[in-house]
Amino acid sequence: MQKITREQLIDKAVSLLSDGTVECVLGWEKGQFDYDITPAVFNDENELRENFVWNDFCGANFSKYLVSKTRKCNGKMLVFLKPCDTYSFNQLLTEHRFDREKVYAVGIPCEGMADIDKIKAACGDGIISIDASGDKLNVHTLYSDEPISVSAESVFAERCMNCKSKKHVAYDELLGEDGDVIESHRFDEVAEIEAMTPDERFAFWQNELSRCIRCNACRDACPACTCEKCVFDNPNSGVENKAAANSFEEKMFHIIRAFHVAGRCTDCGECSRVCPQHIPLHLLNRKFIKDINSFYGDYQAGAEVGTRAPLVDYTTDDLEPGEVFERGGDNA
Amino acid sequence: MQRIGVFVCWCGSNIAGTVDVQAVSDALKNEPGVVFSTNYQYMCSQAGQDIIKQAIAEHKLTGIVVCSCSPRMHEATFRKTAAAAGLNPYMVEIANIREQCSWVHKDMPIGTEKAIILGKAAVAKVNLNTPLTPGETPVTKRALVIGGGIAGIQTALDIADAGFPVDIVEKKPTIGGKMAQLDKTFPTLDCAACILTPKMVDVAQNDKIRIFSYSEVTDVKGFVGNFDVTIKKHARYVKEDVCTGCGLCTEKCPQKKVPNEFNLGMDNRRAIYIPFAQAVPKVATIDPNYCTMLKTGKCGVCSKVCTAGAIDYKQKDEFIEEKYGAIVVATGYNPISMDKFDEFAYSQSKDVITSLEFERLTNAAGPTAGKLLRPSDGKHPHTIVFVQCVGSRCDSCAQKGKEYCSKICCMYTAKHAMLTRDKYPDTDVYVFYIDVRTPGKNFDEFYRRAVEEYDVHYVKGMVGKVTPEGDKLKVQASDLLTNKQMHIDADLVVLAAAIEPDKSARPLATMLTASMDTNDFFTEAHPKLRPVESPTAGVFLSGTCQGPKDIPETVSQAGAAASKVIGLLAKDKLTGNPCVAHSDEWMCNGCSSCERVCPYGAITYEDKEFRMPDRTTAIRRIAVVNPAVCQGCGACTVACPSGAMDLRGFASSQIMAEVDAICK
Repeated sequence: MQKITREQLIDKAVSLLSDGTVECVLGWEKGQFDYDITPAVFNDENELRENFVWNDFCGANFSKYLVSKTRKCNGKMLVFLKPCDTYSFNQLLTEHRFDREKVYAVGIPCEGMADIDKIKAACGDGIISIDASGDKLNVHTLYSDEPISVSAESVFAERCMNCKSKKHVAYDELLGEDGDVIESHRFDEVAEIEAMTPDERFAFWQNELSRCIRCNACRDACPACTCEKCVFDNPNSGVENKAAANSFEEKMFHIIRAFHVAGRCTDCGECSRVCPQHIPLHLLNRKFIKDINSFYGDYQAGAEVGTRAPLVDYTTDDLEPGEVFERGGDNA
Repeated sequence: MQRIGVFVCWCGSNIAGTVDVQAVSDALKNEPGVVFSTNYQYMCSQAGQDIIKQAIAEHKLTGIVVCSCSPRMHEATFRKTAAAAGLNPYMVEIANIREQCSWVHKDMPIGTEKAIILGKAAVAKVNLNTPLTPGETPVTKRALVIGGGIAGIQTALDIADAGFPVDIVEKKPTIGGKMAQLDKTFPTLDCAACILTPKMVDVAQNDKIRIFSYSEVTDVKGFVGNFDVTIKKHARYVKEDVCTGCGLCTEKCPQKKVPNEFNLGMDNRRAIYIPFAQAVPKVATIDPNYCTMLKTGKCGVCSKVCTAGAIDYKQKDEFIEEKYGAIVVATGYNPISMDKFDEFAYSQSKDVITSLEFERLTNAAGPTAGKLLRPSDGKHPHTIVFVQCVGSRCDSCAQKGKEYCSKICCMYTAKHAMLTRDKYPDTDVYVFYIDVRTPGKNFDEFYRRAVEEYDVHYVKGMVGKVTPEGDKLKVQASDLLTNKQMHIDADLVVLAAAIEPDKSARPLATMLTASMDTNDFFTEAHPKLRPVESPTAGVFLSGTCQGPKDIPETVSQAGAAASKVIGLLAKDKLTGNPCVAHSDEWMCNGCSSCERVCPYGAITYEDKEFRMPDRTTAIRRIAVVNPAVCQGCGACTVACPSGAMDLRGFASSQIMAEVDAICK
């Protein structure tokens, strides 16, 4: 259960709306089900009181929405940012993707978001609603009068189990207390894949990526994917076709995307969250982050605004391609 | 669809020896877009070029592929040929089937196969070529010379002589540089001051030349023909236009204990000083590190004695912004520090000196008024040991000194040895050397005279150790020719210290985006064919900033650099290279990735209003490439996440087409 309450957030939003600080509010609203929460723009107190949602399913990273939404808002827009969202916020500012002057950012603490697939696995289908009490989630289903209770921690999304930071790196105002950067184990799974033989690794990714249906959800949710014209939508790029022409091509979409966001990915985990096929896409990005850390020293995209990422910086100490080869050659 | 002509060159037997040129031209005939294909013995010859021109007219060619030598060799030739036949010169592609094919293969079938593949790639590229037109930019008709030594002076005089205004920026209070500190110059032994100071006066009197002394370049923006430079003029606390250079202040200043850098610290000057008698500008300068008035606010003697009223303790650093069409780097050299050469006891004994210090000791305007006296006790030295190559030609693993030959030491050491023996016949003079290198007009004759007429003892071998003992310096050395150890009780040891580029060169190179080698010497655009130009357009090199040089070489290079500058400034417009980056504003995210990787600062951003697909308007930040600054390196095209950035003439689609053609 989240420490900060829905009412606290609504009150904050209402007060900022009424004193004219902001013109509209970027928040969450209920989708078709209790657990598919979607981002929405709220313009007044009524809308907020009626539809604003804050619960364990508000995983969506709002930073990306600022790119398009602030263009349509004349005044300032209030945005609620969880700690991991603030990294994307800074990264987008570094890339000049929205006007900082048009945003009022309120940092909110996050206790970890739930993964609906884990809940479904534990409680079965037919979920009508889910409510939280203490560190438990009560799941009401069609098939039982009594709610099924699961511990919130046991159904955390992968990115929350390996949470990298409870610290807000950007905000105008903070609700609740700020946390710290966490020593996470997020690279353990990457290391496991690195330890595979090339054949095993190929089989692993073949198995995962062959499920891809090219719905583009990962790209659409990714805060690093804010190109005005995505190469995958651009007929002149030569890679725009949606249907895979051969079994190799489906992999290329994800590999191209991973290269495009390399050095800019903050590891927010939105790609894996939104993937309807449960492909662990974050692992591709984490492999890049892990390599960048080991080649150029620890670097967290979005930790600060305006930093020169290692991949767009040149220093005389940069390692030579040969050193990468020597590190593992074909097995790297 | 293009109509492409393919022209396969034999290059005599250079290509035809390992490549079946007939097979190549036959195979390429069937490539998409190719309407004509032939081969000829020397495509670059007049007859070969006529074949191309004729084919362009006859077959209405829209693009051509020449399979020949490296584009660095003859791309320009074939572009001119195409232009003469009415074809856009950028519709020409070269397939390098010589350096990258025939010269590296021995086997004809393999060489032929590869030549065909290279030809196919070029054809695939031409299919996507578009005619390009280079842009034009105006030229600011003023030159900047950075450094006021003999190199900078000569360059400035030559440019001014052609009628263009020149500014010299010199960080010291006077121009003149190292040459002003020298006594005599080899091999003719004329006095350095006698030949240098008239040139300094010429500079001062030339109305086309401005001197910014006691100044540095702090910022350089812009590009060839249009540089914007910021010059910081340090406060000298003396009004330059008022000071008459009478020197009264420099005699009355009570602060007498300031090491005199002009004499390399071997005597003292005052806190207000004029570096030497013939300084240009002949203006006093207050050293803020030593001036009591500036440090404590109490004194003011110089101000009281100055009849012109030139002293201004409140003077501030001044920043001057100026536009230039060309920049000449003439930052010169310094002897390296002797800190790492403890074996020669430089730091332990005052009587171990560098060659530049020796110049001052023998100079009539030096600390001893030209008498060769030991710095320690002022006595006349009888046994003098010269050690050559101190820090030059060092082993790279020794972690001290330089790997290169400093070039001037052999000759100035011969000069020092000869002059010492000439003036003081009672001396014993030894020169220890690795090799004596005297290529140059009258150089070897000069060295022979030192040995044969003046009885200088030249010993092949290095000095291992110098140990001060009493008032003697025990010199331990080896004579490699007789394979004997030598022990000499010397009175004076002179070290021919290696020379290195001035420390200001490295940050300056960064500002100019001019490249340097590992020793911090500026790199020339081509070591043989463009020796006075930097690879950065509009930046030229003069003197020892490019490599060790003696005075005659420096002066000729200075003149050469000036002639290149004059050639540039004489143009009203500059034609650019059309193969530059451009950004598709509809795809650009304004993310600054390209700007961060651009080594030339060619990319800026502007906010532009766009009508978006949903009928709204939006202000978007978009990248704009200045085609005059862009050098077409392509770094931005790789950094661009959306693919908005592309290179004209080397578009990603063209490169991919080449790769596809090779892999097919």
